[in-house]
Amino acid sequence: MIEISEILNVPPYALNKIEKHEILTKVLRNLTQYHIENCDPYKRIIESIGFNAQSVNSYFDIPFLPVRLFKEMNLVSVKTENVVKTMTSSGTTGQRVSQIFVDKETAANQQKALVKIVSSFLGSKRLPMIILDTSAILKNRAMFSARGAGILGFSIFATDKIYALNDNMELDLARIKTFLEKHKGKRIFLFGFTFMIWQHFYKELLRNNITFDLSQGILIHGGGWKKLIDEKVPPREFKNKLKDIFGITEVYDYYGMVEQTGSIYMECECGHFHAPIFSDIIVRNPIDFSPVAIGEKGLIQVVSILPKSYPGHSVLTEDEGVILGEDNCPCGRLGKYFNISGRIENAELRGCSDTYASKFR
Amino acid sequence: MKTLNSGGVVIHMHQNLDKISFLAPQNPDFNSIVKLPPLQPFSDEVISLLSQLSHEILKDKAAKSYPDVITFAFWCRKASLISMKGQYRSIDDRIGRGVIFHITPSNVPVNFAYSLAAGLLAGNVNVVRVPTKDYPQIDIITNAIIRVFNDDKFKYMEKYVTLLRYEKDEKITTFLSELSDIRVIWGGDSAINEIRTSPLKARSFDVTFSDRYSICVINAKECINLLDTQVIEGFYNDTFLFDQNACTAPHLIVWIGNCEQVLNAKKQFWEKLHSFTQQKYNLQPIQAIDKLTSAYKTATAIEIKWENFKDNLIVRGEINRLVDGIENYHCHSGFFLEYTAQSLDEIKNIINNKYQTLSYLGLDPKEILEFVIKNGLRGIDRIVPIGKTTDFTLTWDGYDLIYTFSRKIFQYN
Repeated sequence: MIEISEILNVPPYALNKIEKHEILTKVLRNLTQYHIENCDPYKRIIESIGFNAQSVNSYFDIPFLPVRLFKEMNLVSVKTENVVKTMTSSGTTGQRVSQIFVDKETAANQQKALVKIVSSFLGSKRLPMIILDTSAILKNRAMFSARGAGILGFSIFATDKIYALNDNMELDLARIKTFLEKHKGKRIFLFGFTFMIWQHFYKELLRNNITFDLSQGILIHGGGWKKLIDEKVPPREFKNKLKDIFGITEVYDYYGMVEQTGSIYMECECGHFHAPIFSDIIVRNPIDFSPVAIGEKGLIQVVSILPKSYPGHSVLTEDEGVILGEDNCPCGRLGKYFNISGRIENAELRGCSDTYASKFR
Repeated sequence: MKTLNSGGVVIHMHQNLDKISFLAPQNPDFNSIVKLPPLQPFSDEVISLLSQLSHEILKDKAAKSYPDVITFAFWCRKASLISMKGQYRSIDDRIGRGVIFHITPSNVPVNFAYSLAAGLLAGNVNVVRVPTKDYPQIDIITNAIIRVFNDDKFKYMEKYVTLLRYEKDEKITTFLSELSDIRVIWGGDSAINEIRTSPLKARSFDVTFSDRYSICVINAKECINLLDTQVIEGFYNDTFLFDQNACTAPHLIVWIGNCEQVLNAKKQFWEKLHSFTQQKYNLQPIQAIDKLTSAYKTATAIEIKWENFKDNLIVRGEINRLVDGIENYHCHSGFFLEYTAQSLDEIKNIINNKYQTLSYLGLDPKEILEFVIKNGLRGIDRIVPIGKTTDFTLTWDGYDLIYTFSRKIFQYN
């Protein structure tokens, strides 16, 4: 049996399709069996579709839970007293949020995987870090929003760190200036959520006609594009504007979700998201959920070897995307690389029953 | 602030009325509306008005792309109305109650038209709140209504029909409720409760059409002989045509027969439905995800075996035990629970007042009626063959609309 810890020692983009398939199949098969034995609702789901984990020859065949199920119910595979933190998805007002229950072991593995992935971009040396957010988000240490979890997870790469925004989400210019003075000439790591960066950092500085020299900086951001696309800011423009104002050239987006914290999909120099060896994406046809060919758009399923305290190792998202290739990205990283097209739309149903939002109560 | 009189009650017109947009007529005078005389049910005036409306709709080329509009137009053709009238023996001693305020559902475009027509046929003055959502069907029917009233022949009846729209507004609802003798509410349970906070006059009452649950019962043995394209299309129209989201759409399919018969019937039925659906139905990704989420959520709560989904068009699962509250495990867009029974009697314990339509194939409707009565069931208001669930009739949700919307005058003999 392969231990997750062994895989965590392998460089994150070092396995080719065949090697990765073999490892993921073994680990995910065992995880499926583990969750069947440790999470009763999961067991009932698996039994209801007559699935047998032992007969799995490919992780493509492992059932996936729709991500919304984590909003509808509590799914947990450890005793409640072993849950060290509960993470929630961001979700807009009025929306239900996912609740993800994490124990010590899963939390540690999430952190290890994140370190492996991110340090392959940042380098192994820790850097001065500016968090483009507020520390207020971390007030409650037992309940983590996706934003809080992200900030905390990425903070491990910092030698010295500051939050760019105060508790009222206002830019703390003095603090940033002092920090930049102090670390003049050094490489600076900047981290934040795409929309927050745009709204509270970029736009604010632009409005006040202030700029910083961040040409030595490297920015990693995530959290999705929904709000920026509403504001008609496509990824390319986001990058260009940041470059114009701060001279920052190293800007990397990542794709991830609270249901699979840690095993994130980093954007490479070519602008493609990459699956590390700890996780993978499968793009499925919405009509029959069969995997589609490279280049075809479909629903994104994500698998990850990390979720052990909750059955989130195979999840069907509500995002659509396209796999662009596997093992052959010009950046040199092995594994699948892909683009995200966006969130699927709500349907306007006919009929007289209560409105869409109130379904599945 | 204007005031107006209605049966001795002074109604204060609130400034919020500015927020109402009137579809027809443009500037209704509520003062005179409440004084209009009610009519006898199925009066000649109303029959010729509605048949003219039918004519106007059918003349409109735009109506042709909307089967629901065409169905309504056919429903209120003269011959059809006469035949409805024929089913009522004693209406001579009846007269409309006065003003009906109809609050119609936001996601069935033509529902307002049926509600209005029933109100008119019973002899009432009608104020209809139509959905604020822009449906071409509403425009087509509204324009036809306007054209009918533009005809001098029908001008005098214009005030019997007021069509209006407003975004949720308690003050407007209260104003319109205060002038009504009957308030008809179509909508979800929470919407009904919200509207009920607006008081009615002492003699007035609500007729509510809330969320319901419907089932289909199929005699497996008969099914094999009866299963033709018409049945499949009928079932499709009962379900997929309205995304299985109409109250009349079955969610639980009860198969009656022995194991072998049922297995055989199910196989044929679902295969045929699947190929029909494949050609007709456009499944959105979110619907597939909704169904998968519901399927899994259901599995965590009750014992169920989901059929191996060939694709996501039809999601169905077999249950071996009918538990209370089975009606809570439903979805839409092609999501079915199935149960095999030896006889209809097996399902009596789950039926509560949520249950509306029982559609059937290969069963005697008289026996189903007897089943409801004999067992003293609180639910099942409609017993209709497969394919007829969405047909609107003047008996709906357990109410005879003509009787409910009219006043019976007692005469001493």
